[in-house]
Amino acid sequence: MLKLEEVEAGYGRTSCLHGISLEVREGEIVVLLGANGAGKTTTLMTISGLVAIRGGAVTFQGTTLSGMAAAELVGLGISHVPEGRRILPRLTIQENLELGAYLRRDRAAIRLDLARVCELFPILAERRRQLAGTLSGGEQQMLAIARGLMARPKLLLLDEPSLGLAPKLVSAIFDAIKRMNEEGITLLLVEQNAYRSLQIAHRGYVLETGRVVLADTAARLAQNPRVKAAYLGG
Amino acid sequence: MTPLQLFCQQLANGLTLGAIYALIALGYTMIYGVIQLINFAHGELFMVGAYVALTLVLLSSAGPLPSGIPWWMTLLVCGLGSMAAAGMLGAAIERFAYRPIRHAPRLNALITAIGMSFFLQNALMLLYGATDRHFPNPIPLTRWEVGGVTVTLMQLVVWAASGLLMVGLQLLVMSTKLGMAMRATAQDLKACALLGIPVDRIIATTFVIGSAFAAMGGMLFGLHYGTINFHDGYLMGLKAFTAAVLGGIGNIPGAMVGGLVLGLLEGLGAGYLSSQWKNVFAFLILVVLLLFKPRGLLGERVADRA
Ligand SMILES: Nc1ncnc2c1ncn2[C@@H]1O[C@H](COP(=O)(O)OP(=O)(O)O)[C@@H](O)[C@H]1O
Ligand SMILES: [Mg+2]
Repeated sequence: MLKLEEVEAGYGRTSCLHGISLEVREGEIVVLLGANGAGKTTTLMTISGLVAIRGGAVTFQGTTLSGMAAAELVGLGISHVPEGRRILPRLTIQENLELGAYLRRDRAAIRLDLARVCELFPILAERRRQLAGTLSGGEQQMLAIARGLMARPKLLLLDEPSLGLAPKLVSAIFDAIKRMNEEGITLLLVEQNAYRSLQIAHRGYVLETGRVVLADTAARLAQNPRVKAAYLGG
Repeated sequence: MTPLQLFCQQLANGLTLGAIYALIALGYTMIYGVIQLINFAHGELFMVGAYVALTLVLLSSAGPLPSGIPWWMTLLVCGLGSMAAAGMLGAAIERFAYRPIRHAPRLNALITAIGMSFFLQNALMLLYGATDRHFPNPIPLTRWEVGGVTVTLMQLVVWAASGLLMVGLQLLVMSTKLGMAMRATAQDLKACALLGIPVDRIIATTFVIGSAFAAMGGMLFGLHYGTINFHDGYLMGLKAFTAAVLGGIGNIPGAMVGGLVLGLLEGLGAGYLSSQWKNVFAFLILVVLLLFKPRGLLGERVADRA
């Protein structure tokens, strides 16, 4: 479904992705692991058009993505829930969700999806009229994911959704990810929580300083001594 | 005149000026809201609006149009024409001068804006001359005495035009999809791009609306004072900017309140102290405000970011 081949990208004069190749197949959850600064966020931003592709190719369902604007990619079915949530704090929760469906014209279906994401994250339904900035960190993460879902994506990119959340909320987020996947959404997940994410993922990649150093099924990665040492606390 | 009557008279005069400031201040604040740029060329868009309106007024009185067209119809056409012209110019400036450097350091954009202001000011001087131009006023000289306070039809027109535009803007921003996208873009441009919101188009639309509002301010200014000069935009722009900061830059209701407050203070100052000092008030207010309440009256957003 999504394929990166020898992708190079970076900021200003420096490159920080040095030939990333990876693949996400339809129906999968794929996890990207790696230390801080390895290039995970940059990889997601390259896919969603926020960072320009300097070399190699990104294709999504056969379409080459290079040069497309972020907004166009949403139309193709790629939704990116960015690092740090980036909810719109001075808009209401309802408005945040409606903006997630900005490009859609099918009002009736939008209303159904609104009900669906509220069922996935009931807290959002209770607080619909409140400003998004009044939500706690975990609730904001739920809103960010729900907003991403409102675009009806085929592929959802999630950047560190569990970062900084209390353990109970971490579980809620991972449960929601699993459920979205069962409902047919393909996911590319960047996570610090290697333990939980390898439990729900099908496959995974490990990034180090802008390169893929390991690629395997999630089960085998969880047993890999290098992964165990670096990301699973021995 | 009793003291109360005098007070009310100054209030009415100040409200007229304030409504014009508010119209211009809205553009500063909306544009600052979406791209954090103080658009120094905004005062010149106000002047462009005034001159286009002047041209249209002159055409309608001397041109091929049949006489007997009611005055308000003439004004409506001139107002809409000047708003359209300034709106298109504003969009063009955004597209060709500001968009290419949107991601460059803030200073580059500020310098570009100042350059654009000089460019427009000089273009207006070349087109219309450096001397004051008389602005014919098609509004009848009707006036009413209300409890000893004189209100002119001219003042009513200013209040009605600016009131309608401001209510319309508030409805647009608060209850349409476009308005929601504008508020969202003002909060987080990148996040909006990820949602599929065409941020470039939203920013351009903001420039169109802001410039059109300034143009209406320009026409009302010309009608109110009776003459216009190519460099009037400088002082009016500075004052409207003061009004925007007064209300809290980036805050739309703030710009309306800031404009009205500034106009009222100027009106009262001119009435009770001396009209020669009225320009000083505006900038005294700005300085005092920045010292004691840098976030503006309505307390949102920032002056320290500017
Ligand atoms: N906006 C930016 N400008 C310049 N360099 C950046 C920027 N964002 C990230 N980097 C650099 O790019 C590299 C990869 O960062 P990132 O993709 O955020 O890593 P990760 O998400 O894996 O922590 C790092 O060396 C980081 O310092
Ligand atoms: Mg990151």
